[in-house]
Amino acid sequence: MTNLTDSAPVRECEPSLFRLFVADFIRSRVALLGLVVFTIIILATVFAPLITPQDPYDLMQLDIMDGRLPPGSSNFDGSTTYILGTDDQGRDMFSGILYGLRTSLIVGVGSALLAALVGTLLGLVAAYVGGRFETFVMRLVDLQLSFPTILTALMILAVLGKSVLNVVLALVIVEWATYARTARAAALAERRRDYIVAAETLAIPSWRILLRHLLPNCLPSLIVVATIQIASAIALEATLSFLGIGVPITEPSLGLLIANGYKYMLAGDYWVSLFPGVALLVVIVSINLVGDHLRDILNPKNKS
Amino acid sequence: MATWLLRRMFQAALVILAMTVLVFVGVNVIGNPVDIMISPDATQEVRQRAIEALGFDQPLWRQYLTFLGNAVTGDIGKSYVFNQPALDVILQRLPATLELAVSALLLSILIGLPLGLLAGFRPDHPTSRAIMAGSIFGFSLPSFWVGLMLIMTFSVYLGWLPSIGRGQTVSVLGIEVSFLTLDGLKHLALPALNLALYQISMVLRLTRAGVRETLHQDFIKFARAKGLRPRRIVFVHVLKNILIPIVTVVGLGFGHTVAFSVVTETVFAWPGMGKLIIDAINVLDRPIIVAYLMMIVVLFVVINLLVDLTYTLLDPRIRLETQE
Repeated sequence: MTNLTDSAPVRECEPSLFRLFVADFIRSRVALLGLVVFTIIILATVFAPLITPQDPYDLMQLDIMDGRLPPGSSNFDGSTTYILGTDDQGRDMFSGILYGLRTSLIVGVGSALLAALVGTLLGLVAAYVGGRFETFVMRLVDLQLSFPTILTALMILAVLGKSVLNVVLALVIVEWATYARTARAAALAERRRDYIVAAETLAIPSWRILLRHLLPNCLPSLIVVATIQIASAIALEATLSFLGIGVPITEPSLGLLIANGYKYMLAGDYWVSLFPGVALLVVIVSINLVGDHLRDILNPKNKS
Repeated sequence: MATWLLRRMFQAALVILAMTVLVFVGVNVIGNPVDIMISPDATQEVRQRAIEALGFDQPLWRQYLTFLGNAVTGDIGKSYVFNQPALDVILQRLPATLELAVSALLLSILIGLPLGLLAGFRPDHPTSRAIMAGSIFGFSLPSFWVGLMLIMTFSVYLGWLPSIGRGQTVSVLGIEVSFLTLDGLKHLALPALNLALYQISMVLRLTRAGVRETLHQDFIKFARAKGLRPRRIVFVHVLKNILIPIVTVVGLGFGHTVAFSVVTETVFAWPGMGKLIIDAINVLDRPIIVAYLMMIVVLFVVINLLVDLTYTLLDPRIRLETQE
C-alpha cells in the first residue's frame, strides 16, 4: 500500500514532464545557449589537464622569462602558444583560468548544494512542525536576510581566517536562509493538499511524509532558487578572493587570478585580469540564463 | 505603538548583545590573542606578567564582561597598526565611506528613475528592452569586476578620470568632504558609479513595474479623459504614486551600499572604512576588526529598526496588526 502511494503518481508524470522540459528549453534559444555554454565549461574544467598546454601549478613547467607575454605569443622554442597571454610568473592564462574555474565551481556549487540541504531541511521541518521551532527558524532567516551577504561572509572570514573550508562555511551560512524561506513557503502551500492529509491518515511516519511526499512537490521552486544561488555563490566567492580574504593563494580561484592581474592592468597589461574576469562573467551569465528560464517554466503562475 | 516600539528596541538590543558574544568568542577564543599580543621571544616571566596585565588569566565570562563594559564606553582597544584607539581610527574613515554611499544612492535615483520611467512608458521600445537587459547585468555581475572594467576603460585607455584614491578634500563643519572640489569629484565619479550600479538596476526595475501597474488604474484614465497634459500625468499622478516603494527600497539600500563599499573601496583604493577593514583582516589588527564589526552590527540594527518604524507609520494596516 505504502509502496503504491509513494511511487505511482511520480512515475506516471515524470516522462511527459521531462519531455516538456526539453522541448521548452529548445524553444528558448537564449536559455539553450546558456545551458550549452555552461555544459562546455563544466566539461572543460573536468578535463582541464587534457586540454591545457601546461599545469599552471607545476613550477617546473613555468618559465619566468615568459612573464607577462601578450595573448597569442609563444615560448622561446615555439612549442607552446599562450593564446590568452601569460601572467607575471610566465603562467599560461588559459591553463590558469581552467584550473581556477575548478576551484570556483567546486566552492560555488558545493556550498550552494550544502546550503540547499541545510536550508531546505530546516524550512520543511519548520513548515511541518510549526509552533516555536518554526518561529525560531524564521526569525533566524529574517535576521540573516537583513544583513548583506558580503558582510556576513566578511565577519565569518575575519574571525575564522582564510581557507577553502571557511569560505564554503561562510557561503553556506550566507545562503541557507533563502532556501529555508522558499522551502517553508512551498511546504506550507502543499501541506493542506489532500495527498498529505491522506498520507497522514495512513499513519506514514512523519520523516517519510516530509522526504517522499512534501519534498518532491516543493522541488520546482527550490531548483530555481538553487540555480540563482549557485551563480551568486560563485560571484561572492570571487569577490571574497579578490579582496584577499577568500581562498588561499595555493588554490587560486578566478577571483584571485583577477586580483593578481589588477596591478598589471594599470600598466596596460589588460589580459592578466581581463580574461579570468570574462570567464567568471560567462559562468555567471550562463547560469542566470538557465535559471531565469527555469523560473518561467517551473513557476505555477505561468502555467496556463 | 509605544509597546511595539519598546519590544522592537528590546529585540534590537538583544541582537546587538548576541553579536558582541559571537564577535568576542570568535576573535578571542578561535585565535589565541596571547600569541599576537606578546612577542614569541619573551621569557616565561614576561609572558606571565603580560597575560595578567591584559586580563587573559581571568575566566572567559569575566573577560567578556570587561570587554562589554569597555565597549559601552567606546573603548575597544588600540589598533596595533595605527597605535590609536580603534574606534577613533574607524570614525576618521567614516566620512569617506558615507560620502561614497550617499553619492551612490543619489546616482541610483538620478539614473535609475528616468530609465525606469522610460522603460515603463514604452515597454516595447528597443531602448527599453536594452535597458531591461542591462539591468540584469547590474544585478548579476560581481561589482569588483565592473569596477576593474571602469578603471580599464576610463582611466587606462581613455585617461579621463583618475583610477584610485580620494581627491582633494575641503573641511565642512569639521568633516572632510571631496565633492566640493573638481579634483574630488573626478575621483568620486568612478567609485560612486560602481557602487551605484546595483541600486540603479533595483530602482529602474521598481520604477518600471510601478509605472506599468499605475498606468492601468482608473485615476490615470480619468486624468487623461480630463485632458491633462501627458507631462503632468507623468510627473504628478504617476510619479507620486510609485515614489513611496522606491524611497523605501533606496533607504533600505543604504545599508547594503555601505556594506558593498568594502568591495568598491578596495578596487579604487578609497580611504574609507571598507578598505580599512580589509587591510586590518590581512594584518590581523584585531581591535580594528572588532570595532568595525560592532559598528556595522549597530548600524544595521538601527537601519532595520528605522525601516520597520517607517513602514508602520506609512501603512496603517501593519499598525493595526501589531496592536491586536
